[in-house]
Amino acid sequence: MDWFPYFLQQLINGLTLGSVYGLIAIGYTMVYGIIGMVNFAHGDIYMIGAFQAMIMLLVCGALGITWVPAILLLMLIVSVVLTSAYGWAVERIAYRPLRGSNRLAPLISAIGMSILLENYVQLVQGPRPKPIEPVIRGGFQLMGGGSDNSFVVQLGYMQIVIVVITIVLMGGFAMAIGNTSLGRQQRACEQDMKMASLLGVNVDRTISLTFVLGAGLAAVAGMMVTLYYGNNDFFMGFVAGIKAFTAAVLGGIGSLPGAMLGGVLIGLIEAFWSAYFSAEYKDVAAFGILVLVLIFRPTGLLGRPEIEKV
Amino acid sequence: MTDAVMQRGAAASKAVSPVVEAAKEAMVTVVLVFLLSIYMIGFQTQANQGQQLSFSTHILDVVWACILVPAGRFLIALDRQGLSKPALLGGLVGFVYLFGIGSLGLAESLSYDVIPHPFDEPMVNIIFGLGALYVAGVAYSSMRSRRHGTMTLDQREAREQSRAGWARRMSSILGPFLVGIAVVLPIIVPFSPWSSATRQVTETLTLILTYVMLGWGLNIVVGLAGLLDLGYVAFYAVGAYTYAKLATEFGFDFWECLPVAGIIAASFGIVLGFPVLRLRGDYLAIVTLGFGEMIRIILINWQVFTGGPNGIGSIPRIDFFGLPFERTAPPGHTTFAQFFHIDFATSQRVMFLYYVILVLALITNFVTIRLRRLPIGRAWEALREDETACRALGINPTNTKLTAFAMGAMFAGFAGSFFAARQGFVSPESFVFIESAQILAIVVLGGMGSQVGVALAAILLVGLPEVMRELSLYRMLFYGICMVMIMLLRPRGLLAHREPTIQYKRRGYSK
Amino acid sequence: MNAATAASETAVSSALLSVEHVTMRFGGLVAVEDVTFEAQNRQITGVIGPNGAGKTTLFNCITGFYKPTVGRITLRQGNGEVMLLEQMAGYLIGQKAKVARTFQNIRLFPGMSALENLMVAQHNKLMKASGFTFLGLLGAPSYRHAEAEAKEKAVKWLDRVGLLSLADNPAGSLPYGGQRRLEIARAMCTDPVLLCLDEPAAGLNPRESAELNQLLLEIRDQVGIGILLIEHDMSVVMGISDHIVVLDYGRKIADGAPAQIRQDPAVIRAYLGEEEKD
Repeated sequence: MDWFPYFLQQLINGLTLGSVYGLIAIGYTMVYGIIGMVNFAHGDIYMIGAFQAMIMLLVCGALGITWVPAILLLMLIVSVVLTSAYGWAVERIAYRPLRGSNRLAPLISAIGMSILLENYVQLVQGPRPKPIEPVIRGGFQLMGGGSDNSFVVQLGYMQIVIVVITIVLMGGFAMAIGNTSLGRQQRACEQDMKMASLLGVNVDRTISLTFVLGAGLAAVAGMMVTLYYGNNDFFMGFVAGIKAFTAAVLGGIGSLPGAMLGGVLIGLIEAFWSAYFSAEYKDVAAFGILVLVLIFRPTGLLGRPEIEKV
Repeated sequence: MTDAVMQRGAAASKAVSPVVEAAKEAMVTVVLVFLLSIYMIGFQTQANQGQQLSFSTHILDVVWACILVPAGRFLIALDRQGLSKPALLGGLVGFVYLFGIGSLGLAESLSYDVIPHPFDEPMVNIIFGLGALYVAGVAYSSMRSRRHGTMTLDQREAREQSRAGWARRMSSILGPFLVGIAVVLPIIVPFSPWSSATRQVTETLTLILTYVMLGWGLNIVVGLAGLLDLGYVAFYAVGAYTYAKLATEFGFDFWECLPVAGIIAASFGIVLGFPVLRLRGDYLAIVTLGFGEMIRIILINWQVFTGGPNGIGSIPRIDFFGLPFERTAPPGHTTFAQFFHIDFATSQRVMFLYYVILVLALITNFVTIRLRRLPIGRAWEALREDETACRALGINPTNTKLTAFAMGAMFAGFAGSFFAARQGFVSPESFVFIESAQILAIVVLGGMGSQVGVALAAILLVGLPEVMRELSLYRMLFYGICMVMIMLLRPRGLLAHREPTIQYKRRGYSK
Repeated sequence: MNAATAASETAVSSALLSVEHVTMRFGGLVAVEDVTFEAQNRQITGVIGPNGAGKTTLFNCITGFYKPTVGRITLRQGNGEVMLLEQMAGYLIGQKAKVARTFQNIRLFPGMSALENLMVAQHNKLMKASGFTFLGLLGAPSYRHAEAEAKEKAVKWLDRVGLLSLADNPAGSLPYGGQRRLEIARAMCTDPVLLCLDEPAAGLNPRESAELNQLLLEIRDQVGIGILLIEHDMSVVMGISDHIVVLDYGRKIADGAPAQIRQDPAVIRAYLGEEEKD
């Protein structure tokens, strides 16, 4: 049983990381479901969420707010609201005018938007990484650390916060999509945009809201990463975006539970790969999985096969 | 859909004055811009020496953003309501003022501090000035279209055709002209006002030509076959490292390495492309993006083979078909200078490199033009237009895409090999995603499929920041803006036109 | 070798195309159920049925866009070679089995000229002639010859469908009827043994529709190939088909000559509902 403590630690780390990927992946999967495009700028929306949360944390410090729950709540609300505005603006400026044009145009526009956002943040906030003091420290010691000097398994309070917030958010979100009129409208647009609009669904608004929701969840992910790793930079959305997209594809793009499942799997794979093989190649492992999934199961784990209409 | 809504809105509120209507839209924009800018622009974070994060406030910038952007929105709304003239005027005034003041600031003129200006950073003023110019452009074009009344479909088609004809004429004139300039330029530079910097000028031109070649290579993949490749730089890297390895370890010279690098890069293209090319376009984009990152990570971490982050250094320089460009020849060799009985000068190698890349780029161009007229090229274009129809005609989509992918990769391999020979060292830093994005921006701006357009775009996007160093900080920002704007305004690129690959009648459309 | 065994099993039939017990399910939905019919060479076989009868799905099975859940589709070429279409990759059905098709909602290459569309259709032949691009790149005379020949053929077909004057215009800018005819010409340029047309008369006016019938009869008699025609409009099919298959709710309800079909009670019921009883 010597291997178990180490294994358990990686499981905890992987789940934490996976929660973050899962939250970002939802944004990809929702947008893909509704308008069938990969929103390349989504990773950068997550980065912006992280920056907004970071700035709120600093402002809290300046205002003398020290009560941790208040700080967390402020960070959450402000970062979600401000980042949603970015999500809305990106869709309005770069994607909406291109609806119905050829399939390459929105993709290129999205890449342009991604480059634009990264460099905008680099210009206004500087290129150097931002170290952030942890707000929530400490945690439980689950195992080890006794006199025998065995491996110490740590479960940080922050990790608990991340997983709990993710589960609560996901549960609420799934209910919202399942039971509200917005969710119905979204599903209607997914099936047939033209028909939905004929039946009185405001398609533009529904799509905008989809982007806003995706951006909000990405902002939560950004906030959690800010608190957990505490090292933000303008390029952090790039790799995280690819991984979250991988998660969305792995789970089956278009499927919300799939995105979450994919996120957790990618998080676990990354944690275990770094721990047992090599940390340097963890990103390569994630991309390798993306390619393997696309070859052997392009519809993902929970996705439905696409029937081509001719 | 939006236009319809706008028009309905406009019709419903006929009673309300257009100014009030536009002001309402502007107010919404104020809220949005405030949300966007309050934290990101209003609070600038920096880490000081002790790694303590602190911030400085820039509330004035936020206020200005919240005034200027809605002002632009207001003018565009006015234009939509039919008041184009004030919109045009406002746009122009804003442009002249902001652009002018920004330029003064860039020129470090003393008057910059005297004249009031919204933003401290001169470049930001210029960016907002360009925004104002966009507003003026929108107003101008709607004035023009209103003067001509609504166009019938035929008229619109005629205008499209005259535009296409213009683009065609421009391309056919500019093409040979640019080639001519490119051939004589290094020869005239020493006699021009820039003679003191001949070497730098030639090196910059070489750099531009490298990107022209890469742009043309990527154009096969993106422009002709319609496959969005975001990891193109990976093949460039493969070419560069192939040359570096072969030259340093096996003593191959440049001319022996060149074909090998091309073949290896093409094989990489096939190996990568095979599993993913049957997927949908956007999947391909993200897989190539991931692949580009993968190659870079491998280059950084595979110390033994690639030299890790430091890369591979002291790569043998290019020689003139066996004659080295050295002051003194290694034993048993003759140098280029000795052979031609001229004095040794470092500029000889610089000039030679320039002509090598010129020839390589022209070969790329020639092959591409040729390929377009062959069955394979037509199949690429057909695949871009409709993959399902291609399958019904018995065309194997995977193989056809694979050839485009491999062909593009091959040219990137050539270019990479040249890059290594020019630099003398290679390291993973040269092959980041930004490079791929830059090449893609060149292809997109130039007009997908248009060879001359790509060359012009490369001159603009690579040359301009080299000439104006101040721009280089904002270069990537501009690329991003360019890509979005081009897609919104002219999705087929600046110089987009498509010449049929085979004609029944010579020249011109019959109608 | 698969084809050979199939040949011995079904050697009895001499039909160009035999569809045997084809069933296509999408999840729980059965779009086509146990359909069996044959199409002969030098004949126009019409497949008709009300909306949602499974005509297009059956078509997609024959042309390789779907793999049927159950059943066998055999194609017998002039030289006696037999192919099992349901086992072939989609593009091979066009390339090897020589089955060409058109689409219900026209699928041309809109940005390419009409002439280019027909050149793309001759891709496989030209690919070989261009030595898989290498000879073509060098400008070999054999390739130039092949290209000229292909162009001649394309021009012949453009002339035949009355689009020669618009040969250099983008296919997407042609009038609707022209696009339909161009799609047929493009399919014919692949030298098919079986031409499958998915509602070719949809959206045509009566005059264009009559011209289309003429064209199809010409193809049948002069080129001498089999035509499989999906139609929705009874009058078109009745006029030119030699043989008609009627589908309803994914099942075959009748099969025979036009005169026979016209009087078939099952067909009348399917088209007119239960009105008969009143």
